[in-house]
Amino acid sequence: MSDRQIRSILATDCGSTTTKCILIELTDDGYRLAVRGEAPTTVEAPAEDVTQGVLNAVREVSELIGRPLLDEDSNLIRPYDEEKNEGVDIYLSTSSAGGGLQMVVGGVVREMTAKSAEKAALGAGAIVMDVLAVNDGRLPHEKIELIRQLRPDMLLLAGGVDGGTVKHVVELAQVVGAADPKPRLGIAYQLPVIFAGNKDAQDPVRETLEKKTALDVVDNLRPSMEEENLQPSRLKIQEQFLEHVMAHAPGYPKLMKLADEDIMPTPAAVGSIMETIAKRDKINIVGVDIGGATTDVFSVLEGVFNRTVSANFGMSYSFSNVYAEAGHDMVMRWVPFDLDERELRNRIKNKMIRPTSIPYLLEELILEQAMAREALRLSFDQHKSLVTGLKGVQRQSDIAALFGLGDQESDTLINMMEVNMVIGSGGVLSHAPRRHQTAMMLIDSFLPEGVTTLTVDSIFMMPQLGVLAAVHQEAATQVFERDCLIYLGDCVAPVGRMREGKPILTVNLEGDIKLLHSGQMLVIPRTREEGPVKAKLEPVKGIDIGAGKGKPVECDLYGGTVGIILDGRGRRPFSFENANTEMSKQDRLSYLDRWNQELDLYPGYSGVGG
Amino acid sequence: MGAYTPGLKVTPKALLHFSRRLPLAGKVEVKVGDKVYWNQVVARTDLPGRVEMVNLASKLGVDAVELPNLLLKEEGSNIEKGEVLAYSKGFFGFFKSPYKAPFTGTLESVSKTTGQVILRTPPQPIDIKAYVDGVVEEVEENQGVLIKTYGSLIQGIFGLGGETSGEIFMAADSPDKILTVNDLTTDMKHKVVVLGKIATAEVVKRAAELEVSALIAGGIDDSDVRHLLGYDLGVAITGNENLGVTLVITEGFGPLSIAKKTFELLKSKEGKRASVSGATQIRAGVIRPEIIITDLEGDWEKETEAPPELELSVGVPVRLIREPHFGELGKVTELPVQPVVIPSGAKVRVAEIELDNGEKMTLPRANLELIEG
Repeated sequence: MSDRQIRSILATDCGSTTTKCILIELTDDGYRLAVRGEAPTTVEAPAEDVTQGVLNAVREVSELIGRPLLDEDSNLIRPYDEEKNEGVDIYLSTSSAGGGLQMVVGGVVREMTAKSAEKAALGAGAIVMDVLAVNDGRLPHEKIELIRQLRPDMLLLAGGVDGGTVKHVVELAQVVGAADPKPRLGIAYQLPVIFAGNKDAQDPVRETLEKKTALDVVDNLRPSMEEENLQPSRLKIQEQFLEHVMAHAPGYPKLMKLADEDIMPTPAAVGSIMETIAKRDKINIVGVDIGGATTDVFSVLEGVFNRTVSANFGMSYSFSNVYAEAGHDMVMRWVPFDLDERELRNRIKNKMIRPTSIPYLLEELILEQAMAREALRLSFDQHKSLVTGLKGVQRQSDIAALFGLGDQESDTLINMMEVNMVIGSGGVLSHAPRRHQTAMMLIDSFLPEGVTTLTVDSIFMMPQLGVLAAVHQEAATQVFERDCLIYLGDCVAPVGRMREGKPILTVNLEGDIKLLHSGQMLVIPRTREEGPVKAKLEPVKGIDIGAGKGKPVECDLYGGTVGIILDGRGRRPFSFENANTEMSKQDRLSYLDRWNQELDLYPGYSGVGG
Repeated sequence: MGAYTPGLKVTPKALLHFSRRLPLAGKVEVKVGDKVYWNQVVARTDLPGRVEMVNLASKLGVDAVELPNLLLKEEGSNIEKGEVLAYSKGFFGFFKSPYKAPFTGTLESVSKTTGQVILRTPPQPIDIKAYVDGVVEEVEENQGVLIKTYGSLIQGIFGLGGETSGEIFMAADSPDKILTVNDLTTDMKHKVVVLGKIATAEVVKRAAELEVSALIAGGIDDSDVRHLLGYDLGVAITGNENLGVTLVITEGFGPLSIAKKTFELLKSKEGKRASVSGATQIRAGVIRPEIIITDLEGDWEKETEAPPELELSVGVPVRLIREPHFGELGKVTELPVQPVVIPSGAKVRVAEIELDNGEKMTLPRANLELIEG
């Protein structure tokens, strides 16, 4: 079928909680999103068949557009028939349901080969359940027990640069062999194990593991200290994923048949869309897709793509874990009313056990968005700690390293001052009742610095567009630009230590002058359609807005559905970091009240300010 | 037609199937058609023993390649605790020091690359019991069996602790009763005790002391779960907790009356043996805690109820699963097609609901759970 003939495209994304379905149609104005529907995902009992949720979502789309898409036997009607007004031309799908791909990785040194192995697995769309290393402080029998208990879908073993240690690599293989691991799905199959370590260790590793596992050997992912070669491992992981894991998940063989193209793992689809934007616009991007069970963070910096998945931070199944990890104080710092810890705990657990429910009352929404901020922050912290330079490489010492001041945070390659755009995706961001809430959630959790464009996936359709791009680039690009990406506005955030209430930045927008004070947030209403405004940003001494401390910056600023947002709350440090423990309750509530009002976050909410 | 939310099963009469599988390949002890009892072993296997890796080459002070020549036992052979496995080379054949087996088991492998030997303790036998009374329907060789039975099934929303069994004991006389430690008595030993609105940490602890098999309640406070476990439950995967008693929560977190239908069903089965599991997994491959009361005398095929209609439609009974009115029951009176703006500001698809007390309201469809069975 040629591109020209495709007039109607149906695409689903089977998430762990919800299956989202979009219908794209060719109109006089090119390809446009026609309608969107959703239904709970049905990987679990009683249905245990992912296609049921898909059909339910398709039914909703069919109902909303007023056109039959399924026949009496619930088969998709293909191709689109204009006369009868029924059917679609193609059907595509992405999926992250079924718990995704769960892996254990291992290497010799935790911060070197084991970390490279972790990056390879994450880049391939996996959830890393544990990282084994010779120096991880655990005894061999503890590692063996761990592998047995975790029952991963797949193992990736690395270790040793080429020509380096063989002994330690084989030791690790022996641990795996002794565990005699069994896969999570289908006990009759051998567990897929990929070895991507020292090439001199390939033979002894084969000897150790070949009989006990489905062993595959690929090129070393860390051939030398200075070099990472993750691609062969990533491709092998994805191949094994389709072959072993997907084929055993409930209903997937049926879904694979139903779809016109290969099912793409959701994170791979979202990653490919983000990478495309970064390349096209030659910008640095940080993106996030916050789901029910997991949160994926993507970054494209100077053309280098990285992805991490925080397996246990999310807004439904993992809701309770966000609270457990962040702690009561960190969540409550964003909440402008009192709530007893016992009550909050019960509400969070009730959301976890009934993951598809949504906030009905405004206070519930505020709580959910407070939790989202923490889920995003924790996931971004994980991303930053993984995106670092290669350890083990000799570097010129700088002053900080000389005095032992280097730490985990400063090792990250992510410098928010260099990031041009933050993209949000996922239910809680895409479906927030007000875009202002989305903008504020992104700012509070990612803490952008200097000038950063904030955007959001309008209705959470990047996964479907990611898979569509592989099939029909034109349709994907048109829908992406017109219906998917929403510009919320540029955020201007000065960096540096500030004194409460003092002026920190003068913003001159073609003669319209605004003075930003420490602790203040200001919104300048301006739409994207109004185009750029020439801005001169003049920070006070000691404050950096992008060109160095006290140095002015001239740039174009764009508005959006929210406007141009000036954030004077400080960065490095962020003045609200430990608000619930360091500030008086009255101060904290008064800040929240002012910001909420300035951004018009929750119109009609009167409880703010205590 | 609209989206649906699968609910929890509360079924007085149903054909039920239970898969009883070994964690590792082993031996199935029954055959198709056998009648089995809840405490009968249907399959068993040996779990590989604990492993110890010993760098014997370095202990003996030799290179890894020399190790195989110094070993007195072959790979795969049995070893006795205290038995000498190898001697160091010593000085010109003198002053050899022995390496003795630290425990009884097997010498699993020897590596001339790393100089490690792997020693393993004897295998541990694992028995898989039938869990419910019933008939063996299928046997999957070396893997496990499928048991078919007939009876009542009640699914809970959350549980703690593993499989157990006992006679049903109604400690509460109404679904909204709140019981305290003083209401627990010694005659609840080995019973499945139905509490009312809430299982407090004190009640759970006292029940364990009294050797109660299982507790069933409408709700539990998360703070109490944390107190009982000693840690915050991050991701809901349970079943291996060691509380001394299995817990099944039917409605959710906080004080919540047991749904009337569930309570009445349990009451009608008072004194009957129930199989109970607290294992919960709220994620792909969901597992719900459950209470099963088998009735092998019933008319299996005839009396079985049709599978529930999983669709939200006018007239169906629903449970509200989110604030406001969390936990209350009602029925759907209308299903508007167009989305509606709710107090949170979101525009969502809704349903008109009439609560059991007659109150009417409009709520998101996503916040309704069908009452199945």
